[in-house]
Amino acid sequence: MAGLEDLYREIILDHYRNPRNRGELDVPPAIQAVGFNPLCGDEVVVYVEVSDGVITDVSTGGQGCSISQSSASMMSTAVKGRTVAEVRRLVRAFKRMMSIHGSGIGGTGDDLDDEPDSGNGTGDVKLGDLEALQGVVKFPVRIKCATLSWNTLVQALDETFA
Amino acid sequence: MSAEGDPRLGTGTRADFPLLGRQVHGRPIIYLDSAASSQKPQCVLDAMNSYYETINANVHRGAYEIAARATDAMEAARAAVARFVNAPSADEIVFTKNVTEAINLVARSWGGANLGPGDAVVITEMEHHANIVPWHIMAAEKGFELRWIGVGADGQLDLSNLDRLLDGAKLLGVTAMSNVLGTLNPVRRLADAAHDAGALMLVDAAQFVPHLPTDVQALGADFLGFTGHKMCGPTGIGVLWARAELLEAMPPFLGGGEMILDVRKDGFLPNHIPHKFEAGTPPIAEIVGLGAAVDYLEGLGMDRVREHEVSLTAYALRTLQDRYGPELAVHGPSEPACRGGVLSMSFRDIHPHDLSQVLDDRGVCVRAGHHCAKPLMRHLGVPATTRASLYVYNDTSDVDALADALGDAGEFFG
Repeated sequence: MAGLEDLYREIILDHYRNPRNRGELDVPPAIQAVGFNPLCGDEVVVYVEVSDGVITDVSTGGQGCSISQSSASMMSTAVKGRTVAEVRRLVRAFKRMMSIHGSGIGGTGDDLDDEPDSGNGTGDVKLGDLEALQGVVKFPVRIKCATLSWNTLVQALDETFA
Repeated sequence: MSAEGDPRLGTGTRADFPLLGRQVHGRPIIYLDSAASSQKPQCVLDAMNSYYETINANVHRGAYEIAARATDAMEAARAAVARFVNAPSADEIVFTKNVTEAINLVARSWGGANLGPGDAVVITEMEHHANIVPWHIMAAEKGFELRWIGVGADGQLDLSNLDRLLDGAKLLGVTAMSNVLGTLNPVRRLADAAHDAGALMLVDAAQFVPHLPTDVQALGADFLGFTGHKMCGPTGIGVLWARAELLEAMPPFLGGGEMILDVRKDGFLPNHIPHKFEAGTPPIAEIVGLGAAVDYLEGLGMDRVREHEVSLTAYALRTLQDRYGPELAVHGPSEPACRGGVLSMSFRDIHPHDLSQVLDDRGVCVRAGHHCAKPLMRHLGVPATTRASLYVYNDTSDVDALADALGDAGEFFG
């Protein structure tokens, strides 16, 4: 049994208590997407502003548990200032970290391969602080909490840069 | 009876439930999620096993001994269920997959034949999605209006404009007991009002039948659905009770084997009730298991079950209030006699998902989420709650364990 400290790392609780980039952005110029976790009713709103292929601003709103809210906060700091292409690589690396490697627990993990890995590997992507979320994998029902804001970010980018 | 639960129930029945003797995370299981699904007593598991080991065969039409005995076992369970809810006839007991299917059957079959533009169906803001979505689906198809009875103070229905809502309505659908608030709704009064307005009364009794003596005739219901797995029975088996004349007039729901008298190339003749609504091979072992669950609950006595839960709910409300005061809100009626043992809690600003995670670490099984009642969650102004629910095998030690674990969660999230 994984202990609660594996799940609730200090950096996660810090992002939960002091969320970064919290709030709304004007739409347009920002694009907005809403993600739901039908399991628990969590709701994340992601605003992202892109200029010349670079994410110049990002903000998150909504409500949810410490894992979904801290993950949204950490996501916002991780993607700000990066190119859309870099961010897509980062999302892939993050979701790879958050997947239960082929352990076959149905319906709890996010699909790793919803985007085919077309050679632009993720091995060189540095996750940094995001690695604190790795402990969530030991609590499969919470994986969707951690990936909610990331999937919502992808949703926003896909709607604009499909 | 003691002031804190019936000793013959709670502690006295725990040994009947094998799962409750197990451990999780190295701690005893404290099971407080019976509103989602109850545990199963050994006698139910034995009845299902015995069916498979001794008389397993498809029911009806088999001309050999074990097929006849399988049919007898299934029909004996139907009779037991009819007796349990005081149905006038076992022919009025339709076996479904669960209460969700029971309500979908009514919406699709009765609704499909009787509802159209200009008609209205009235439901309440505290319904489970199972008594909302089937009506949304049929309203979109048939063009009738869906009207809502709101929730007022203390988790009770706001019946101030009931007459206006029922004006022109053809059906009133109400949960007998809220799966979130525990509210026991005034079913008889609502049924009388519905009938006065010319509407039929559908009762979602998923949370009621397992916990209180049920008399479909005294309740004044026309349709009443419940589910086996919340009342010590197995999953995969539910019940629709409906007045015989309604079932007779309703068109079939699913088509296939068992539900016909005759099939020709140009059509079919439906079977008599209840078989008209039971297409295909039924879940025979589950039906047998449900019959055993009914026997088990009758052995405990539903009056005693109710008394036990009222006193345990009172103990829980008092304990939580004493320990956490205004930091912990229990949604729903404050008076134990007006509610069931469903305690939907909001504790400080700790998200229910986080709260239930810490509780799980302490072996306490509760449910976090919207409990399939999103309109009610919006009314309450919360995204989710943490719900603890009580049943025949719970006692004060479970409530104390919950209270202790809440304290741990409070410390963890500071």
